[in-house]
Amino acid sequence: MGDFAKKIDTFLDVFINQNGYVKVLNGLQNTLLIAVLGLVIGIIIGTIIAIVRVIPKYKVLPRILNGLCSFYVGLFRGTPIVVQLLVFYYVLLPLLGVRISGVNVAILVFGFNSGAYISEIMRSGILSVDHGQMEAGRAVGLGYWTTMLKIVIPQAVKNILPTMGNEFIALIKETSVVSFVGALDLYVAFSNIGSNSYEFMVPYLVMALIYIILVLIISAGIKLMERSLRKSDRRH
Amino acid sequence: MIDVINLQKSFGEHNVLNGINVKINKGDIMCVIGPSGSGKSTFLRCLNCMEDPTGGQIIFNGVDIADFKVDINIHRRHMGMVFQHFNLFNNKTVIENIMLAPVHIGLADLKKTKRQNSIIKLTNLFRSSKMKKELSPVTTDKAQIKQKAKENALALLDRIGLKEKADVYPSTLSGGQKQRVAIVRALAMNPDVILFDEPTSALDPEMVGEVLDLMKDLAKEGMTMIIVTHEMGFAREVANRVLFIDGGQILESAPPEEFFGNPKHPRLRDFLSKVL
Repeated sequence: MGDFAKKIDTFLDVFINQNGYVKVLNGLQNTLLIAVLGLVIGIIIGTIIAIVRVIPKYKVLPRILNGLCSFYVGLFRGTPIVVQLLVFYYVLLPLLGVRISGVNVAILVFGFNSGAYISEIMRSGILSVDHGQMEAGRAVGLGYWTTMLKIVIPQAVKNILPTMGNEFIALIKETSVVSFVGALDLYVAFSNIGSNSYEFMVPYLVMALIYIILVLIISAGIKLMERSLRKSDRRH
Repeated sequence: MIDVINLQKSFGEHNVLNGINVKINKGDIMCVIGPSGSGKSTFLRCLNCMEDPTGGQIIFNGVDIADFKVDINIHRRHMGMVFQHFNLFNNKTVIENIMLAPVHIGLADLKKTKRQNSIIKLTNLFRSSKMKKELSPVTTDKAQIKQKAKENALALLDRIGLKEKADVYPSTLSGGQKQRVAIVRALAMNPDVILFDEPTSALDPEMVGEVLDLMKDLAKEGMTMIIVTHEMGFAREVANRVLFIDGGQILESAPPEEFFGNPKHPRLRDFLSKVL
């Protein structure tokens, strides 16, 4: 055990005296930034795709859009996130002649990727809302999109909130691969601390703890949100 | 007011409506009865294009709303609908349910007038002083529209005796209360006609009365109503015309005394002998 105490000392030394904590904070910030902005982009893309996929398909335009959306979902669900990151960073962006930082690429790719997953979650949410709600909205003269956004989607979101929480937690954990495109996240920060002292045990242990704490905080937040959204179910 | 000409509806190979012709005048209270699967609900749902007709015309206030080019949302504002399963918006409180459409449509119209005005202003810059176009007047604002809708909603709730339920969610209401709220939600738009799709079929027998009473009140006030129902007593008492639909066709159309007292079509006689 004396050995372990020494390892902790080494870690604390690097963490505090050699500015390791700055890197960790930086990495934490990037991790959260990628996950949160990725989720926001994902929700926007996912909602649009989900609505397009449930639109009645009598006309040509919805059919074409539906085909495009299916292709998009197939593409992003069919390839690993690391491959998507690499393709974006090393193939697509250089071809387009755009130069953006690894963190921004990660935000975009995680957004596109989770958009594909969220679209299916959202679609199941929309389908879980009674069709009568849409009919009632249309019957009072509201348009399809207005009814969708004001009536159906809010109820769908309530139904899918637990699954969305899952998605966000998965997103937080998956961000640990963004070092592939040179972005500094929690993993990179701790692995730097480790290589500074040639001592990896404690840094990775602390890293695991931070991930767990993050996820626990998020789960608690989702629970709170769910409770406030369930207001309309409660009988007073 | 509504002129249905040779209305047809088929789901794939299955023809549900085979050429329905009927004329509904202002103030008419028309009850539609028929065995299940006869197409009576489909007929009603075609009237506001909830189901798009596959043939024929529905002339509503001079416009053929069965035409796909028509903006159906504008015409639906003048055509209320009440559903068998109430379909109150579960994520809105009772008063929000009633206010939603009037507020939304009021605001949309306001936005449209303002947009048109700014276009007129812009084009006026290029017109000579004689040619300048008048701006359409903006007489209201956002707060006023909301205030008015709220007052109206409260008055409607007061009328059905549910004023104290204004801020609760529909999940806390009984079936009869839900259906009455659904009826005033349709009323809030000041519709020319209200379509009722079996409004009492999903209710406990105890609650049927309160809903029918409200409908009778509306009838007395001269509201035009088209009611698909199984309540023969109600049809006999309130309707001024009763339709019998079977096999997607109107087999009999008569005033209630004649319809129930002296049915002509053998299929109707058979039907009435079973239900009465």
